[in-house]
Amino acid sequence: MARAPEQRNLTLILARSFASQLATAVFLLDVEGTVIYYNEAAERLIGEPFVEGAGLRMDEWMARRRPLDEEGNEVPVESLPLGMTMLKREPAYGVGRFRRGDGEYQRFANVTFPLFAHTEDFVGVMAMAWHLDEDRR
Amino acid sequence: MKGRIWGSRGSIASPGKDTRRYGGNTSCIELRPPGCDVVILDAGTGIRELGVRLVEEGAERMFLLLTHLHVDHLEGIAMFEPIWRPQTEIHIWGPASPLASLEERIAMYFSPPLFPVHLSEVPAHIEYHDASESEWQIDGARFSSTAIIHPGPTVGYRIESGGRVVAYLTDHEPALGADLETDSPEWISGFGLAHRADLLIHDCQYTPEEYHGRFGWGHSTTEQVAHFARKAEVDRLMLFHHDPMHTDDQLEAMREDVVERWGVDGDRCTLAAEGLELSV
Repeated sequence: MARAPEQRNLTLILARSFASQLATAVFLLDVEGTVIYYNEAAERLIGEPFVEGAGLRMDEWMARRRPLDEEGNEVPVESLPLGMTMLKREPAYGVGRFRRGDGEYQRFANVTFPLFAHTEDFVGVMAMAWHLDEDRR
Repeated sequence: MKGRIWGSRGSIASPGKDTRRYGGNTSCIELRPPGCDVVILDAGTGIRELGVRLVEEGAERMFLLLTHLHVDHLEGIAMFEPIWRPQTEIHIWGPASPLASLEERIAMYFSPPLFPVHLSEVPAHIEYHDASESEWQIDGARFSSTAIIHPGPTVGYRIESGGRVVAYLTDHEPALGADLETDSPEWISGFGLAHRADLLIHDCQYTPEEYHGRFGWGHSTTEQVAHFARKAEVDRLMLFHHDPMHTDDQLEAMREDVVERWGVDGDRCTLAAEGLELSV
């Protein structure tokens, strides 16, 4: 008998549906750290369509962004809010610079938080990001 | 797999002259996977009469699969005769919540002031199992459950036995989380449970016109059910959880609408009706 195909956890399905309605940039990663969704606002923010980021692992995806801290130092993935949330399953917040798809660096704030299904199973991470003007430093 | 519908009405029991053909009892289905003790899907008011039948046949071990704990899926449990017999062994599956176990949640209904006796006083031996995201096997039948879209913790079930599959997704609004026509299956609530089922028993409470005022209430329309059945490639579809305000004639018109939208022969789509025997 054919097994049923894999299906996303309902929490991720609803998170994606919620994100698709938001004008704020939202990224979703699964429990393995794979980019499984980002919305139109996120595409606009990072200058890269979802089809180019879909299915990438977090470290591959962040390598494209080449994150820098406020002083211009490179930041390893595990020290970024996304990496910290993935590793520790705790919320995190940070400000830094990321390279957009067009090669330009921009300043972003981002908040990340773990998604737990109602049985407290860790099912992934949601990240929200905002562009910050340079003169707001 | 054999079975019988004991209640197919949604929301509230609705006896009367306009609901005679499809029945007024709330959700309850009996399933008999070969070689397995009786499996009961939900404990709406239809479970009362099933309980009488099970006592008559001397059944002492049974499995109750609750999709969720809204009253129309639980209200019959206190009048389910087997639970008042100490020789009965009942295994109950259902969704826990972040704040309370399945047993604690059932006890909220099964206790004063809503009922004079507390759940802890029931003489039957009851074991509780969290069905939030589970797979398990009993006597050769395989069960799986996952959370599905409906307000509050709710699951659907897939029962596989003897190479046949029954999927039970009552109280389900998959269109709330995805575009049923264009999104890939992995993003559609309940798809994994329903995929290529020989029989899909699915919520069909509303017409598309009624849905406009009931968006997010956790139920599906004829149009959505047709899209879901086509996407999941099910063989047969049974429309379930009939709206208490719908007459028998209205239900039959809804079935015709589903058949037309699904684009299949009419005998692949039926209306759940009290007393209807199932053979999968």
